[in-house]
Amino acid sequence: MLHYLLKRLAAIVPTIFFVTIIIFGLQQLLPGDPAMILAGEDQDPTVIAYLQKKMHLDEPLPVRYAYWIAGVFQGDLGESLRIQQPVLELIKDKLPVTLELAAIAMLIALTIGIPAGIVSAVAKDTVWDYAANMVALWGLSTPNFWLGILLILVFSVSLGWLPASGYVSPFEDLKANLAAMIMPAFVLGNAIAAVLMRHTRSAMLQVLNADYVRTARAKGLDERTVVLKHALRNALTPIITLGALEFGTLLSGAVLTEQVFSIPGFGKLIVDAVFNRDYAVVQGVVLFTSSVYIVLNLLADLAYFFVNPRLRG
Amino acid sequence: MNKSFLSGLILAVTASLTGAQTLRIGLAEDPDILDPTLARSFVGRIVFASLCDKLVDIDEKLNIVPQLATSYQWSADNKSLTLKLRSGVTFHDGEKFNAAAVKFNIERHKNLAGSNRRGELAPVTSVDVIDDLTAKINLSAPFSPLLSVLADRAGMMVSPKAAQANPANFGTKPVCSGPFRFVERVAQDRIVLERYPNYWNKAEIHFDKVTFQPIVDATVRLANLRSGQLDLIERVAPSDVDSIKADKKLSISRITELGYQGITINTGKSDLAQKNPLGRDPRVREAFELSLDRAGIVKVAMDGEAVAGNQWVPPDNAFYAKNVPIPKRDIPRAKALLKEAGVTNPTFTLMTSTTSDAQRVAQVVQAMAKEAGFDVKIQTTEFATSLNLADKGQFDAYLLAWSGRADPDGNLFSFYGCKQPLNYSGECRPQWDDLLNRSRSTLNTADRIKVFATLAAESDRERPIIYLYHRNWLYASTKKLSGMRPIPDGLVRVQGLKM
Repeated sequence: MLHYLLKRLAAIVPTIFFVTIIIFGLQQLLPGDPAMILAGEDQDPTVIAYLQKKMHLDEPLPVRYAYWIAGVFQGDLGESLRIQQPVLELIKDKLPVTLELAAIAMLIALTIGIPAGIVSAVAKDTVWDYAANMVALWGLSTPNFWLGILLILVFSVSLGWLPASGYVSPFEDLKANLAAMIMPAFVLGNAIAAVLMRHTRSAMLQVLNADYVRTARAKGLDERTVVLKHALRNALTPIITLGALEFGTLLSGAVLTEQVFSIPGFGKLIVDAVFNRDYAVVQGVVLFTSSVYIVLNLLADLAYFFVNPRLRG
Repeated sequence: MNKSFLSGLILAVTASLTGAQTLRIGLAEDPDILDPTLARSFVGRIVFASLCDKLVDIDEKLNIVPQLATSYQWSADNKSLTLKLRSGVTFHDGEKFNAAAVKFNIERHKNLAGSNRRGELAPVTSVDVIDDLTAKINLSAPFSPLLSVLADRAGMMVSPKAAQANPANFGTKPVCSGPFRFVERVAQDRIVLERYPNYWNKAEIHFDKVTFQPIVDATVRLANLRSGQLDLIERVAPSDVDSIKADKKLSISRITELGYQGITINTGKSDLAQKNPLGRDPRVREAFELSLDRAGIVKVAMDGEAVAGNQWVPPDNAFYAKNVPIPKRDIPRAKALLKEAGVTNPTFTLMTSTTSDAQRVAQVVQAMAKEAGFDVKIQTTEFATSLNLADKGQFDAYLLAWSGRADPDGNLFSFYGCKQPLNYSGECRPQWDDLLNRSRSTLNTADRIKVFATLAAESDRERPIIYLYHRNWLYASTKKLSGMRPIPDGLVRVQGLKM
């Protein structure tokens, strides 16, 4: 276990290094001069020159990378040139928002997706299976922004039950926080629930046909124990990986949903930063999310150990 | 104990009776930095209108009206402007506003690294403190747009003490002298301001707080207004106007903008200009203009929420050149011009931004120009990239909007001046520069109108920019809100707004 852990940890360092190069390199491929977009509509040449200097755009690429990476090692991700706030502070502000949104969305996805997948596999080719598949297909094929606007029109404008958009910190007002989060979390969770349901179903179907399940049934175990204890446990391994990856996606992929519901989270931060060519913000946020992604992957690998005893040997 | 409880209770009841109210405004974008010297975005100016008073302001008819300066006087040679300042004005940190603060602010605008005001105030050489409430702004040459420049961010005054105490990040905690003072900003979420109790014009302020919430999607912004979470939204989508009119709880207000939507043509920015008949031959550009029906564009692409125009200012502006009226669509003449130019089926690329408005306009233009024989290819380009391509002259035609300035100079100088930063067409004519400088050096409106008329006739021959229309600034608010006073600059004046 320790050996495996160390091996996985050691692999992280070059991965993150590689990621920093990719982030930095891709950013340079973005067309347009960031100083020009940051200079606003007046396009004052002295302002553009000042911003170019401030962003080290007048230096060669490796030097710019060195400036950035040196800052990163010192825990300084730079400052947003658009609003003068340190990137780390922005991440600190936005991360809890997106984490909460992702967590609630994941909770919704797991609550719907896994039971629906199990039911659909156990009751294969019955009306339950078809119903679950239909719901999953709907979840997968509904565009987030459309569902978001529809929910706003129904629950906020027509019924007046929920706020149309915005965010309230749970420490300020928990009820208002949940009211603001439920619609965007459902929109996000809904799509992931569909993915989880489909994967749970196919993993369960595979496992339910396995010899050891037949043996379990032959031993006279009740169906509930067979499904939940023997089959599900094995079927869960790929679903955990998928869940971890989907959670990582949620951190950076909630872009449209955050935009529609005006949730001041990571997705909105990065989209605005890309359009405004706020390089420090883009690099900082992408580096952060990639690192989280990498760590989540590691945690998923470690989780196999606890779920699948064969790996422990 | 009982007494303090009672007085607390009375205070609370009084507060609720007098309406401890918050005005919630929905913005179309998240503002950039809240420092008037460094600020660059239009949307930021909406926040500044509540936060930072200016030396002067403009009214509905674009007249210069007093704000922090109560009166002004030009010197005989028009090379200095003396401002009499309002007495008893304080900044949000309690510091006194006076002539020394004016000097500090103008110098800060001119000298702070990265200042976006430097260009606007280029002719300003120095500021003299005549007495505590009199400041004199000295110019290198007469500069008629100065007052309108001072009615915008260059005229905004920040507390010198606060700006000196926090030079690097003043924009994160701005201290001005407007009706509301800064409380907090959560990037992309909200900007909260609270009433400044010592505001010089406090009788006109009827809210205790103002919050600004950026909500990019116009549909969602409107949904927030309908569900009662916002009181006022700016930049309503023209397509939503009818449904707002039908809603008994909402009202709509509008005013035509100072800016314009136009098509800039590369006539000399790069070699590309000579490679395309549109850039090469003014007759082809005239044919292209004659193929367009501006009223039709306004009706189809803007749902009628714009005013057709063919100049840098709208037709109802005092500086509109009446000698160059909007040409009527004339396909036979357009075809004849193309024939005369020896061009059959001219093809060019029209670069547009990714906004749906711009795309709609481009498609209508494409369809209209086709009838005269033009093959217009639409190239949708993300804004940052399009700016870069425009700057390098890598385009044939570019559909570009300008938010506008109160003085026509702000819509012209940088676009028509030789080698000016926004001169994307690359049209460089010494006689145009002369006209632009003449319009700057005379303060007489009638003389300036004549100069602009000459320039309009000149530019109508060359057509580096084909102006299409001037949008309406559209605001929707709850019916309970009264006192909304739209101003052509598109900013929301909180003075007089009442629930």
